[in-house]
Amino acid sequence: MIDNLLILPVIAQLFIGIILLLLWKKDRAQRVLSVVGSLAVLALAIHLFVKVWDQGILTMNGGNWRAPFGIVFVADTFSSTMVLLTSIAGFAVSIFSTASVSHQRAHYGYFAIYHFLLMGLSGAFLTGDIFNLYVWFEVIIISSFVLLTLGGRKGQIEGAVKYMAMNILASMIFLTGIGILYGLTGSLNMADLSVKVAAVENRALVNLTAFFFIVGFGIKSAIFPLYFWLPSSYHTPPSAVAAIFGGLLTKVGIYALYRMFTLIFVPDESMKLIFIVLAVLTILTGALGAIIKTNMRRLLSYLIICHIGYIVAGLGLYNQVAIMGAMFYLIHDIVVKTNLFLIAGVIRNIGGSMNMERLGGMYADWPKLSLLMAVVLFSLVGIPPLSGFWPKIYLFEGGFEANSYIYIGALVLGSIITLIVIARLWAVVFWKDAPEQFDRREVLGSMDFLAWGKGMQSLLIIPIIILATVSLYIGFAAEHIVLVVDRITTEMLDTTPYIEAVLGTEVLP
Amino acid sequence: MELLFIILIGVMYSAGFFLLLRRSMVKLLLGITILGNGVNLLIFLLGRITKGKPPVIGETSSFFTDLYADPVPQALILTAIVISFGLQSFAIVLLKRVYALKGTDDLDDLNTPEDEDL
Repeated sequence: MIDNLLILPVIAQLFIGIILLLLWKKDRAQRVLSVVGSLAVLALAIHLFVKVWDQGILTMNGGNWRAPFGIVFVADTFSSTMVLLTSIAGFAVSIFSTASVSHQRAHYGYFAIYHFLLMGLSGAFLTGDIFNLYVWFEVIIISSFVLLTLGGRKGQIEGAVKYMAMNILASMIFLTGIGILYGLTGSLNMADLSVKVAAVENRALVNLTAFFFIVGFGIKSAIFPLYFWLPSSYHTPPSAVAAIFGGLLTKVGIYALYRMFTLIFVPDESMKLIFIVLAVLTILTGALGAIIKTNMRRLLSYLIICHIGYIVAGLGLYNQVAIMGAMFYLIHDIVVKTNLFLIAGVIRNIGGSMNMERLGGMYADWPKLSLLMAVVLFSLVGIPPLSGFWPKIYLFEGGFEANSYIYIGALVLGSIITLIVIARLWAVVFWKDAPEQFDRREVLGSMDFLAWGKGMQSLLIIPIIILATVSLYIGFAAEHIVLVVDRITTEMLDTTPYIEAVLGTEVLP
Repeated sequence: MELLFIILIGVMYSAGFFLLLRRSMVKLLLGITILGNGVNLLIFLLGRITKGKPPVIGETSSFFTDLYADPVPQALILTAIVISFGLQSFAIVLLKRVYALKGTDDLDDLNTPEDEDL
């Protein structure tokens, strides 16, 4: 069904960004507008999700050029869910930013760029054209470059070089893939490509093209052996930036992988094996990396990689249950990872360090806050009935159904190591007595949590409460999420409705 | 013509990747630039090179009667050039900033150890 309003979440972010640029000098107005705007986008995203849920797949033809000739935007259940999650995480992080981002950063356009980043994310989720996807990816990376380097501390700049080199390389490889795909089929529309690629007789060439996409998106989503840029850059930016990066940026890569490999290149047996092997190695290397880290954000970066492995495996197992599990995990992971980086930020503002060895005694000083953080930490581990538990059941079931015991082994190992790492984090940061005090005030400067008033403090705590509530909802109302992921998976495995929605019914034989 | 392009693209890709693997930041930058141009040429080649046939429908007919040059690859390349221009200018400024901060051109020196983290 054609609905031109589906683009609203993207347009709204663009306009918020532009207005924020006009309010360049007005610090307070920027902060207020950012939160209000994010709330409005959240409402639009919920509206879009409900509309897609009720009416099925919506499309919009850019400039009224009929698909496959123009650029088409498509909102199916997967896209609209991702847009919804983006705006939830975006809303929470924007509240967090109002208190945690310094005046200098705001003065150099932090809030405007932040909304351009969210625009890029929503655009990437909604587009139905592969070159347009590339353009949205570029919008995302150029905004993330600025957010990563804003402030210009030494660590930030060093991390940004690695991040920039790898992401530009990923874009080049992605673009190469697009070029070959266009030469092969003469089309850029994803639904049209789905039909045309299936009809190409030279399967070896199709598989080769698919590899460009695996490598390109693999770098972006941090799959083994392409993830090294992530742990060497995600520990450097301010907490709010790290949260939005950790929660959403790798997930765009995952989204693109799932979109490409369910719609255009349906994996054959050898491709499935490759995905399984990559997923297993990603889980193991991520988990082992997390074990040896003492800096909280470096530790979380490795956990992101570990859990990306869980999700990618859905493409290797390729059955209904496994993809349902992967999608469920994706939904859970976006909310929890964003929240964990926010929590790491609050712990630093209280304790003065990200290094676990220099922290301690959180539970004794802040019992209520610690319990809130515990809910999130245990959601990540997946203690029933919290949100990490349910997707793993589906992933195990999917693993058994595909007889992939090596994946099940990796999943068990990954979960156990996640448990060990989080338990150690809890024991060291929350239970252990605080180590000898160093001068935290000198480190923190104006970011000293204890010197702030109640109002400023609650601006940091409220987003954590919001995201924790969403996690609890995902855990306790898992039957609702299962309905959503079931529909996403059905749309993925049977692409006919998607193709018909974009191209019209007369195209397919 | 096509053969020439294929060889040129091959050289540009290999030169780009070779430079990306070096330790010097300036070479990294040159590698990115060369690789980006290689990609653009690849799109141009794979979009089928047609000489002297503009994609314009003649006044007398209402559809294409002859072979015509596909305008889409050129639009793609134009977009890609603009984007890579933006990225490369950012990269240059970033690397200049690194040089100002660290006083070195060696990528291996960009590893602040973990205990100096925030």
